[in-house]
Amino acid sequence: MIDLTTRYLGPDLRSPMVASASPMNAEPATARMVEEGGAAALVLPSLFEEEILHEDVELNRSMEVGAGHGAEALDYFPTVEAFPSVSDRYLARLEAIKAQASVPVIASLNAASPGSWSTYAQLIEEAGADALELNLYRVAADPRRTATDVEASDLEVVSSVRSSLGIPLSVKLSPHYSSLACFAQQTVDAGADGLVLFNRFYQPDIDLEQLDVVNRIELSRPWELRLPLRWIAILRPQLGPEVSLAATSGVHSGTDVVKALMVGADVAMLTSALLQHGAGHLRTVEDDLTAWMEAHDYTSVTQLRGSATQATVDDPSAFERANCVSALHSWATTGA
Amino acid sequence: MKGSQVLQPLFEFSGACAGCGETPYLKLVTQLFGDRMLVANATGCSSIYGANLPTTPWSANAEGRGPAWSNSLFEDNAEFGLGMRLGLDAQGRHARELVTRLAPALGDRLVQALLENPQDTEEQVAEQREHVEALRASLRDLGAAGGGDAERLATVAGNLVRQGVWLIGGDGWAYDIGFGGLDHVLSSGRNVNVLVLDTEAYSNTGGQASKATPRGAVAKFAAAGKSTGKKDLGAIARAYGNVYVAQISMGANELQTTKALLEADAWPGPSLVIAYSTCIVHGIDMATSMTHQKDAVKSGYWPLYRFRPSEGEEGQPFTPDSHTPSIPVRDFVAAEARFAILERTDPERAHLLSDLLQADADERWRYYEQLAGMHRTVPHEQPVEIGERP
Repeated sequence: MIDLTTRYLGPDLRSPMVASASPMNAEPATARMVEEGGAAALVLPSLFEEEILHEDVELNRSMEVGAGHGAEALDYFPTVEAFPSVSDRYLARLEAIKAQASVPVIASLNAASPGSWSTYAQLIEEAGADALELNLYRVAADPRRTATDVEASDLEVVSSVRSSLGIPLSVKLSPHYSSLACFAQQTVDAGADGLVLFNRFYQPDIDLEQLDVVNRIELSRPWELRLPLRWIAILRPQLGPEVSLAATSGVHSGTDVVKALMVGADVAMLTSALLQHGAGHLRTVEDDLTAWMEAHDYTSVTQLRGSATQATVDDPSAFERANCVSALHSWATTGA
Repeated sequence: MKGSQVLQPLFEFSGACAGCGETPYLKLVTQLFGDRMLVANATGCSSIYGANLPTTPWSANAEGRGPAWSNSLFEDNAEFGLGMRLGLDAQGRHARELVTRLAPALGDRLVQALLENPQDTEEQVAEQREHVEALRASLRDLGAAGGGDAERLATVAGNLVRQGVWLIGGDGWAYDIGFGGLDHVLSSGRNVNVLVLDTEAYSNTGGQASKATPRGAVAKFAAAGKSTGKKDLGAIARAYGNVYVAQISMGANELQTTKALLEADAWPGPSLVIAYSTCIVHGIDMATSMTHQKDAVKSGYWPLYRFRPSEGEEGQPFTPDSHTPSIPVRDFVAAEARFAILERTDPERAHLLSDLLQADADERWRYYEQLAGMHRTVPHEQPVEIGERP
């Protein structure tokens, strides 16, 4: 019998397959399907601070256009005492999903200003989340801010949230920090219990016929797993066994999960594969994972985890460069 | 149409809300027909911004020609406009009789030019104006020798030029309070053009629901979201068979909009043009009025079509003018506060009504697709002479 249990952000999980943030985890009905499909934990889509403010401002503005201007009408909408805000609705959904779930429920937060991160983090904890994933989604497009400024600001957010939060905290990072290994360590030092690697950034395309920005998100492809694999392999030995690591982006199959575990991830997160194939795909991934482990004489995830990190490499940077040279040579040889 | 936007608008500087979806249609109508149109304007937004006395956006060109405008009530505007038509027709008939009676004095050439000009094109209308000026000059030359006929003809000579009568108002008028009269006028077969500026609510009085309000929208008198679908006014008018009907949305297709207005003017019977008009009662960013109109069509919320009554046996009067919907209606209405309110106050009901709203759009599209292939003819007598049409 293969032991698939793993530990992530505190509690033991039944398996290393976590359903990461997607519309499927946004509503209780679909979240139930994902859990029944075999997810060992659920990550809710992010609560965006901008979304809260935008809706509040836009909805009220739209309803007040023209109010008080005309002689024949004071306003143009029925009186509504109060609207549940985006955060109210998010917390209500979180409570509903938590109430029905038998697996850990991880909320996700994407805020823009230091004060609001802590406020919403507390509300999320009070709503019953088992852990919080802090989404540091920032495009460093301000030429006046140095990398040090950006990193200091992000670390301040992490420590601020940590100080106001009683539940485990993970931080979802982008791969675009100047010195990622250092920043990962600093994030842990600031209070993160785990890291989620990596955030996929929205990259708009252009519709040449409509001359418009195409803002649909491309689902991940399996090759995108290579980036988290590489960095988890580097970071696992550096951060030690107590820090939870999640591989996300490009996890589509059971063998993808095997690779993530081998480089040292505690869990592998799936989104695109579930959006493409449905919640039932989790069972296929789990079956494939189990079959691979049986075929290769692994009895537990614990045994598999971290078996291919760079722990035994004295100089990971030199190792990476050597591998790069080797890869380039192999391509040239094949091409010739 | 190419060049239509270099024509002089005879509707300008109205007091409408910024981003109003109605006024661009009025501007366009006056660019196309402003120097030969009479407007019967129902009470509502258009009667308010159309007559913020002592100023009015309805203007005249350098020759002093412009729309003749008057406002009547919600409940009788269609009949009011029909009265204009009947009056014009009576005066036109009388003018033609007088021209015929005075033919010996006026000369065959002028009489023939006046009575036989079909005035189907703007060039022919311009020629007719020249003929009328020549007639007036002849009448002046005749002086007292022309007698009472010449004297009377001088007062009605202007009616020899084709003039369009436009019955204009909002959905509160056309779908609701004035519907009985509108139906009566459409059934009359008379040559009137009805332009419905459809904001899907009583805009001027504060956004009360009308029968044009779509299912799921929150409005005054429909605070829990309107539970029934929008009335298909065009379908009722099409049932007569001899009524020209078009559904337009300028932001989606300005060419189809212009074509529809030109065809409505040209059709010698009743015409009904229903124009999607963005409004502050929708709760949208009014700076996006035109792109919002485009999305309304893309989602199938507001399909474009023209129903051109045909006298041919093989005629297919119904022409869909928009493509198969490419975005869900839910995506389109998400940008409107009137739907967003219910999503927040009663999400369960909002989802139910949203599904039904999508079903409304799907069913409407399916129905219109079937109509597109249907042959239908208008039972008719032999063509009658211009000016003698009922």
